[in-house]
Amino acid sequence: MNHLLIAPILLPLVTACLLLLVGDRKHRSQAALGGLALLANLGVAVLLLAQALGGGANAYGIYLPSNWEAPFGIVLVLDRLSALMLVVAAVVALAALVFSLARWDKAGAHFHVLFQVQVMGINGAFLTGDLFNLFVFFEVMLAASYGLLLHGSGPSRVKAGLHYVTINLVASSLFLVGASMIYGVTGTLNFADLAAKIPLIPAGDRPLLHAACAVLAVAFLAKAAMWPLNFWLVPAYAGASAPSGAVFALLTKVGVYVLLRLSTLWFSPQAGDSAGFGGAWLLWGGAATLAFGALGMLVSQRPARLAGFAVIVSSGTLLAMVGLARPEVTAGALYYLPASTFAVAAFFLIAELMDRSRQSDAQSRRAPEDEEDHLPFALADQELDEDTNLDDQEEALIGRPIPAATAQLGLAFIACTLLVAGLPPLSGFVGKVFMLSALVQGAGAVAWTLLALVVLSGLFALVALSRVGIRFFWAPVDRGAPVLRVAEFLPVALLVVLCCAYTVYAEPVMRYTRATAADLYAPGGYVQAVLDARPLPTATNAERLGLPLPPGAGGATR
Amino acid sequence: MEIVLALAIGALTTCGVWLMLRPRTYQVIMGLSLLSYGVNLFIFSMGRLAVDLEPVLVPGQPVTLAYNADPMPQALVLTAIVIGFAMTALFLVVLLAQRGFFGNDHVDGQGDDE
Repeated sequence: MNHLLIAPILLPLVTACLLLLVGDRKHRSQAALGGLALLANLGVAVLLLAQALGGGANAYGIYLPSNWEAPFGIVLVLDRLSALMLVVAAVVALAALVFSLARWDKAGAHFHVLFQVQVMGINGAFLTGDLFNLFVFFEVMLAASYGLLLHGSGPSRVKAGLHYVTINLVASSLFLVGASMIYGVTGTLNFADLAAKIPLIPAGDRPLLHAACAVLAVAFLAKAAMWPLNFWLVPAYAGASAPSGAVFALLTKVGVYVLLRLSTLWFSPQAGDSAGFGGAWLLWGGAATLAFGALGMLVSQRPARLAGFAVIVSSGTLLAMVGLARPEVTAGALYYLPASTFAVAAFFLIAELMDRSRQSDAQSRRAPEDEEDHLPFALADQELDEDTNLDDQEEALIGRPIPAATAQLGLAFIACTLLVAGLPPLSGFVGKVFMLSALVQGAGAVAWTLLALVVLSGLFALVALSRVGIRFFWAPVDRGAPVLRVAEFLPVALLVVLCCAYTVYAEPVMRYTRATAADLYAPGGYVQAVLDARPLPTATNAERLGLPLPPGAGGATR
Repeated sequence: MEIVLALAIGALTTCGVWLMLRPRTYQVIMGLSLLSYGVNLFIFSMGRLAVDLEPVLVPGQPVTLAYNADPMPQALVLTAIVIGFAMTALFLVVLLAQRGFFGNDHVDGQGDDE
């Protein structure tokens, strides 16, 4: 057994406990400890990715935390998909934490602790191979996200937080109902064991199983922000402080991940009468989400709300592509997923820097009110101040120097626009090309509808983002240059540079996502790897396993 | 027995959903609590209802579900209760913060004329 597999869960957990001991007064030690832990977390994630990259027999890493074999004990599973998601989560979390070090971590109590717990929940959700453990990690993740959403306090955060907590509590109830119904029908909660048992379910019980899966899916779809379960998302994400918003961009991806994982495992072509269950719902729900998100981007003015709708667009695209259940399309979607996650996370960070440039320092810590979004176009911003530099025709002089901070922010904003709207040359475009070219190969009405939606949503995003960009960077308004701190600009730059590198290395990444998609749509390997994993022989289980106890206890099996 | 339990779960869930759709935060939290009771009972019932079965293994008795209660839903429901309890407590805090900020207990923070 590879003990590295449990590190992404244990490391943030232990760090969170240590951070509690250090106490909130020692900001520097807390920041250093939290940052180091996330660096180590990224290192572990990369190591695990390297392990999954190897392929062959090592493609699946199985860890039995309770040292009992799979259907009885809980199990952690590492495959290509979860390794990819771990790395994405680690990168975004690290960037968000570095950003928060400039000011946000001091805006309220226990920020670093909550942050580590959040990372633990996300990592656990990616690694677990067991339905009930998934519930537990979901709750860990959500509990931390409640804290992070409310971080910094203020009326609009509390209001959005109340709705967010309620929706998620209801979704958790549905999760429990679905999970227990599945247990009632099949007698197991292990993903792999369920995949093996679903084809064998008697016809009379099958409607019950489908009802259970549908109830369960509602919980994940609410998390993945599928329309019409996503009205909570934009106020909550736009109201949250920027680092929290960036991490929340990951939470929707957890929902997408779980839907992808479970639909491919349980409703594969080998699943008998259940094959392909729910695919059409994902497809059309995803398409509706995409349309909703694109329209939402058009009508919103504040950068943070735009970022919220960008999250919805990204998850709508992914859901629709996953709903098609075609390996090539899914491979493209998996390429698109990290790019869009990085872009949206960077956008949340930039949005805060842009918002702040128009506010005094004390104001900017409060969650901005939503009311200003109701203005069709913030006309107040457009009016010229008296001392504006005018030429003979009484027009504002163009060509005055742009402060360096504004220029840097503007460049990052342009990169994010290209990424979110999916324009060349950056990876958002490459991802869309991969998805769409695979999509049109099996041309049909569905494929063309989706293609039109994706392209149109890109156009809408471009319109909305250019408008905001013009308003913030070019409109001749006497506004102080934003104060950029290194800690704040560094993570934004890191994410953008990463997206550029991601474009350059598109081919190896694409090879990886193709292999991932191939694994996903042939779940036999996953099921076999999980069910074949054997615990380490110890004094207590040697008899049950029928194994001789090795003289020096230990000795790895897998 | 099945009918009674099903009616109980149904009544709890119905009341929970109705209360949750009400505009006051206190009603919402009561609704969430009732809903979680309904869900907990539901999880429990998924282990099949039985009378007089051993809850733990007893020496000399066969280790099958015919002679023992299903331990799995009990473990699940215990976890669900703990998590649900913690989340309800957290919801109370948010509820109080909302009340402090807006001076009323409407879920949207808008006092109405009542």
